[in-house]
Amino acid sequence: MDAPQQMSSTTAITVWPRLGLQPLALTLMALSTAFAFVLSLSLGSVRIPLDQVLAILAGGEAERASWKTIIVDFRLPKALTAMLAGAALSVSGLQMQTLFRNPLADPFVLGVSSGASLGVALVVLGVGAANTAFLSVIGLLSNFTLAVAASIGAGAVMVIVLGLARRVQSSVTLLIIGLMIGYLTSAVVSLLLYFSIAERIQSYIAWSFGSFGGVTWSQLRVMAPTIGIGLLLAIALTKSLNALLLGEMYARSVGVNLKQARFGIVTSGAVLAGTVTAFCGPIGFLGLAVPHLCRALLRSADHRLLIPACVFIGATTALLADLAAQAPGLSVVLPLNAITALTGAPVVVWIILRRGVSRGTFGV
Amino acid sequence: MTHPILITEQLAIGYAPRRGSRRIVAANLNLRLHRGEMVCLLGPNGAGKSTLLRTLTGMQPPLAGRIWLDGRDLHTFSARELARRLSVVLTERVETGPLTAYALVALGRHPYTSWHGQLTVRDEEVVRWAITAVQATHLAARPLHELSDGERQRIMIARALAQEPIVMALDEPTAFLDLPRRVEVMQLLRRLAQETQRAIIVSTHDLDLALHIADMLWLLTSNGGFYAGAPEDLVISGALATTFAHEGIVFDQQRGQFRIDRPAQRQATLTGNGIIRYWTAQALERAGWRVVAGGETELHIVITGDDHQPSWDIYRDGVKKQQTRSLYATIQWLRQQYQEEHQHERHA
Repeated sequence: MDAPQQMSSTTAITVWPRLGLQPLALTLMALSTAFAFVLSLSLGSVRIPLDQVLAILAGGEAERASWKTIIVDFRLPKALTAMLAGAALSVSGLQMQTLFRNPLADPFVLGVSSGASLGVALVVLGVGAANTAFLSVIGLLSNFTLAVAASIGAGAVMVIVLGLARRVQSSVTLLIIGLMIGYLTSAVVSLLLYFSIAERIQSYIAWSFGSFGGVTWSQLRVMAPTIGIGLLLAIALTKSLNALLLGEMYARSVGVNLKQARFGIVTSGAVLAGTVTAFCGPIGFLGLAVPHLCRALLRSADHRLLIPACVFIGATTALLADLAAQAPGLSVVLPLNAITALTGAPVVVWIILRRGVSRGTFGV
Repeated sequence: MTHPILITEQLAIGYAPRRGSRRIVAANLNLRLHRGEMVCLLGPNGAGKSTLLRTLTGMQPPLAGRIWLDGRDLHTFSARELARRLSVVLTERVETGPLTAYALVALGRHPYTSWHGQLTVRDEEVVRWAITAVQATHLAARPLHELSDGERQRIMIARALAQEPIVMALDEPTAFLDLPRRVEVMQLLRRLAQETQRAIIVSTHDLDLALHIADMLWLLTSNGGFYAGAPEDLVISGALATTFAHEGIVFDQQRGQFRIDRPAQRQATLTGNGIIRYWTAQALERAGWRVVAGGETELHIVITGDDHQPSWDIYRDGVKKQQTRSLYATIQWLRQQYQEEHQHERHA
């Protein structure tokens, strides 16, 4: 009892910690995104000078007409897709980690991407298995067809999970159901792969590597607003997410309507993850790692900070991973999923060890 | 007399599973709780302390009866309205990730803040007041995971206080603490109840502490019975003694404390006085001898030496057998002697 009494005599000069929104840190993160964005427009098989990139972005003409075509038709949609996907997956992962109070949760724990995989597998592998005469159809299996198939798969699983989310009492039950859906769909995919032919298997595997490159402007018109809605919903749920840091019982005791909040978080998380998977394939790692990275960088678990941070850092990471996947100096494009994990994992391990915050995260 | 702020009418608590029959833990509870009071909820394990707390805080529906909080039926409040009147400290350990104690206490302002959780000047004032009230200003900037169990409990109490409730309910807040920390937390709660004119309900296993600190005891028995009253009232009425009678502990009405019920097999007489005599008697009781005031007993112990260096002379049938310098040695010697004899008897 000594210390508190000593303190009480000095209460007048107590320096209270600030719960600021760390505007400087968030601004730096936003700048890093802007930098990565411009860089990703400038670099590639054809190198376009930065000043030209900025001129084209501003609506002006470039020194060479081909540069404008490259940027507007190819690099810009790809960069925007990467930013949207990175932000969406990171925020979705953050929501899942908080909702399930599990540092290993990621956007795919709900089984949404498994559903998307099943949809794609059914189209790519199933059509071939049914009728080999359709072999020539492979060329017609455009990105758009795959996106539709993936959306339907992701949507179907989402409806199932949301239906259950309103019923089940505990989030852990939901987590287990999501995992089981994942196992079920991957079992079906395995069977489809087993009975399929090599070309189609290759085409499925290519999809499963993930890519930001296949999204066109017209697809972006669907993808961007959907992700926008998911992010807005996430922002609207900030306060509930913060209360959920205390656990579900405490969250309820401070006035959170648990079922409503859980339903909202699952909806937002599934829409974000489902949309990205539909258009870009199952992109792993980002959704798991970026939230941890943000917590470590900001030394905070406050979602008012973490959601914008995940948007910026997620977008930056996705842009940089895409740049790395283009393998500077090589003529091939490497699988995006391999690159995100290969370059990202060591960085995350280093930062988390150095900051020593993992201990305080959910008791791990 | 002020009006009670929490009233229950013929409340029945327990579980009503979707399948299977209802299990009523306790029924016909008519509780009254006043501002400024600290109530300790006591009872053996499984008597329903947690069930009662959960029911009173609206986390679990009652099986029958009604609960009135601040003049309104508890179940007509929205979650947010209820959170402004009632706050809890639960047994589960809170793991939040990187968050300072201050930020954690600020989460208690949840029912008052806007949709985004922005704290107003007034919110921050309440947070600071709550931290000051639990004497934890020096902990405010520390990350939660660096705090000791006792410090953590202080912060959790401050968080509950920051909700500015009328009633605070704490489920075994002293469970993982050492004795000094337990006393500290209970005294803190007592002081908060009085100074802030809130009602505080604490479920606890610390019988002795509850007897000394609580304004009122609520006593749940294993067979669904219920007693309420000042600790002393429940001593006089014998309610405390009967509630724990089957649990292998006995309530000593003279000393006002519980002791472990160990039927004494043998009797002994003791010469000596003061504090040494008291603890010698305790040690003998622990080993199975009851100290009687006089008469002929086989075992007689004389305390010699002074208070700082006592020694014990052990007499059997009037013959001095041994002198010991500690109670540990005394008991050890007695046990050896009697065990050997016991074995001889068996062989014979």
